[in-house]
Amino acid sequence: MQATSTRPLLKTRVFTLIVILANVLGDSFLRMGMRQVGPIVSASPLAYVTAFLNPWVAVGVSLLVLWMLSHMALLSWADLSYVLPVTSIGYALVALAGHLFLHEAVSLTRWTGILLIVGGVILVGRTEFNTTAPAARKN
Amino acid sequence: MKWILVAVIVACTTVGEILQAKGMRQQGEIDDFHPGALRRVLAAMARNRTIILSVACMAVSFFSFMALLSIADVSFAVPATAASYVFETILAKFLLRERISPRRWMGASLVACGVALLSA
Repeated sequence: MQATSTRPLLKTRVFTLIVILANVLGDSFLRMGMRQVGPIVSASPLAYVTAFLNPWVAVGVSLLVLWMLSHMALLSWADLSYVLPVTSIGYALVALAGHLFLHEAVSLTRWTGILLIVGGVILVGRTEFNTTAPAARKN
Repeated sequence: MKWILVAVIVACTTVGEILQAKGMRQQGEIDDFHPGALRRVLAAMARNRTIILSVACMAVSFFSFMALLSIADVSFAVPATAASYVFETILAKFLLRERISPRRWMGASLVACGVALLSA
């Protein structure tokens, strides 16, 4: 790790967690809401406006906005090649949540996928999060 | 049609995220999280051409993904995102000059394989 301060590492961990949770929860709420709203067959913008009136859709979209902003903030100091694999643990979490809470069957192939993702995230998580020149501080 | 959408999604996600990383690096590390400071950062981001272009790419990719989901299964749509990992890591090395250690290469490849398997 660069420098001896643990603060940049802590900041990276906290933002990684926000990115992952906002993505997983935002996607789930959006899907849940869209299931209630039903398929949007009309090309009219009104259909999309009506969809936003559904509370699940509204919360889901708000969380996805939070996801995008926290992802951008994280990229202001961390490598893309670090952020990308590490935040994809969300895929494994969604599969695990489906198994634990919705009692979905998980095939051997999918268990293998989950294990590979977790293993990959542990490997990447133990690399330096910023390998380029120290990000310029403008503030 | 399915494959055209997959190509559009992979291309737009890759270009969009590379530009986003590049734009945010130009912006400088965000370190002050007071509302006023964040507002100034957001205003500066809205004027940064690289970031504007990246958001446009991500929007195209998002709507193409929705379109793909409406004609294909999630199990078909998700492996497409796994392909963009590989491209993005390679481009991060050459365009963003990130140093990618063997450990990170190995981890990123495991994740890409895992995501592809999850959809199987």
